[in-house]
Amino acid sequence: MQNGKDVNVVRIAPSVGLLRIDVRSLWAYRELLGFLIWRDLAVRYKQTLLGALWVFLQPLVTLVIYSLLFGRLLAVPTSGVPYPIYAYAALLPWTYFANGISRTSSSLVSSARIIAKIYFPRLIVPLSTVLAGLVDFGLGMMLSFGLMAFYGNWPGVRVFWLPVFLMLAILTALGFGLWLAALNVRYRDVNYLTPFLLQVWMYVTPVIYGVDLIPNRYRPLLWLNPMTGVVEGFRWALLGRQIMDQPIFGPQFFGGVAVTLLVLVGGLAFFQKTERAFADVI
Amino acid sequence: MNEIAINIEHLSKCYRIGNRRNRHDTLRDVVTDSLRRLWRGTGSRSGDLAHVWAVDDVSLSIPRGQIVGLVGRNGAGKSTLLKILTRVTEPTGGTAQIYGRVGSLLEVGTGFHPELTGRENIFLNGALLGMKRAEIRRKFDAIVEFSEIARFLDTPVKRYSSGMYVRLAFAVAAHLDPEILLIDEVLAVGDVAFQRKCIGRMNDISQSGRTVLFVSHNMTAIQNLCTRVVLLEQGRIVLDGAADEVVSGYLATLEADAGKFFAEPELRAGTGSIRLTGARVLDGHNDTVTSLVAGTDVVFEFDYRNHEAIRQTNFTFTIFNHLGVPVTNCDMSLTGFSVQDLGEFGSVACRVPKLPLPVGRYRVAVAVQVNGQNADVVSGALAFQVASSKFYGSGGNANLRYCSCLVPHSWSHRPSTGSAALPVCTRLVAREQRGCG
Repeated sequence: MQNGKDVNVVRIAPSVGLLRIDVRSLWAYRELLGFLIWRDLAVRYKQTLLGALWVFLQPLVTLVIYSLLFGRLLAVPTSGVPYPIYAYAALLPWTYFANGISRTSSSLVSSARIIAKIYFPRLIVPLSTVLAGLVDFGLGMMLSFGLMAFYGNWPGVRVFWLPVFLMLAILTALGFGLWLAALNVRYRDVNYLTPFLLQVWMYVTPVIYGVDLIPNRYRPLLWLNPMTGVVEGFRWALLGRQIMDQPIFGPQFFGGVAVTLLVLVGGLAFFQKTERAFADVI
Repeated sequence: MNEIAINIEHLSKCYRIGNRRNRHDTLRDVVTDSLRRLWRGTGSRSGDLAHVWAVDDVSLSIPRGQIVGLVGRNGAGKSTLLKILTRVTEPTGGTAQIYGRVGSLLEVGTGFHPELTGRENIFLNGALLGMKRAEIRRKFDAIVEFSEIARFLDTPVKRYSSGMYVRLAFAVAAHLDPEILLIDEVLAVGDVAFQRKCIGRMNDISQSGRTVLFVSHNMTAIQNLCTRVVLLEQGRIVLDGAADEVVSGYLATLEADAGKFFAEPELRAGTGSIRLTGARVLDGHNDTVTSLVAGTDVVFEFDYRNHEAIRQTNFTFTIFNHLGVPVTNCDMSLTGFSVQDLGEFGSVACRVPKLPLPVGRYRVAVAVQVNGQNADVVSGALAFQVASSKFYGSGGNANLRYCSCLVPHSWSHRPSTGSAALPVCTRLVAREQRGCG
């Protein structure tokens, strides 16, 4: 660095164009991404009695409630699969997604102090919250295998398709998260809207019920929600469930994928466009 | 080899500042404003907003290894310029090239997380400042030693005293080894001993051939550390040259422009519930003057306008000499006086009998406080000079090299009677020899 040959030059100028992501500087700051993920995890259960046990307790309690309510009382049809594992296969990616969205939407605002003072690629902040959730997801996955062992319902080779559906969940969370996070910088209303959004979203996603419970003519609409693909994909991969004799990777699935990609690309562009003013507005 | 470290060309930054009613902080504001515009039929929104050029066509070239100070009033654009150079915010126009690794000390400790321990925060903050993990690990011991908090390394920083917090934060930042260092007012941290250590560290950095751009209001620090100083005014460079020259030029403009700032309340700090509207110095005959005589009675008068029906406030003002050194501070609360029921307009007066200032030029900064919070601050409210002195009966002037304020004093003499003074002397000598003096 001192010999002047490979001095790194920083050029500062007003940015132009849409959707130009500085991959080089993202890569240069990859360690910071790691540190922020680690900070999220390290901080989350500090000063709690049960610590990381909450990672298991939270979904377990939810699952017990749902099983009693929807499995027993309302007897939601599950095509023969025990309701707890039926619901949990969907609850697992949904919890990841919902937590990802709500943490990401407030991620920039809660990092306001460092954003106003220190430069780093802003994209790292929402990226870190979306990725940090994967650790919880991994632990939840272990719980899921425990449940399946308990009910003697082992997944077949389809389980190797799981990363595809997980990827879709990550990209969907990131796509919508980017929009919400960037909007939140200027309009704090997002903080109040996000919980409602997620609540409604959960009911239009077949988490506590299955797709086949919905009348046929509404189904294409349901599949436009990318989380339908994720949730049914998880059931397909973990429980071997077949929906209406349709292959999981049918056109309806790719409709959801297209929505995700559209939102993601738009989110990146919007994030980029507003990013330059974050430090001034936040 | 490139000899330029920072090259700035026509850099500008524009902020749009609307008044409170026109700012869009919530969606509701956006919606109602749009509706209102639609109703009135005015399509443009640019009319609602004032444009302020915080940095206005600045060009500057800094050679490698130079320590440059950046001075100017609040709102002159110093911090905005640093923010652009650190890429925290984007310029509106112009370009800048920076050759080499940039480190910045913009308000230490911003990256700390209260729940994490000191050890964890060293890593987190180091990464935020752009250090690699291996690099932090290598410098870890040096950082801990510098911060003097080794015992509390595994305590969450939320349990730290504010002094410890700041020491740790500065230690991390000071061990960032950039080729170019951008510093915004960080020396006012910690106790005196630690401050000295920080200045020492800054000196080391500056002597190791690194390029430093340093923003401060502390003229002594600027003059000690910098070889070149740039003066910014309303976003533009107005002076650029040797440290002593520019600093004294800056202080002179502060004095010359005194009073001008009453016209621009929107640029001033404070809550604005009360605004100062004027100030003057009166001599013993109640005439407004700018030239005073030391040793005569002087009255400082300040006008205000009360915007929010505040009933009680405190006025406080500080007199600075031509070096920028505060000579004295007159504070209403110190005298036990307080105004009951301010009304909407009015003025307060402070009488200083037998003005104890040596011959020279002075500037007065004044603040109005409501419940301990600044409602308004005018740093250049008044300028005056003390032209001659009647302070001492002789009419003579104190030697300015050794004097920044006058103290009434009298002398006496007692001829030695032989033994009386002796024991005191021997005691003093004895103490000095023990090494406690």
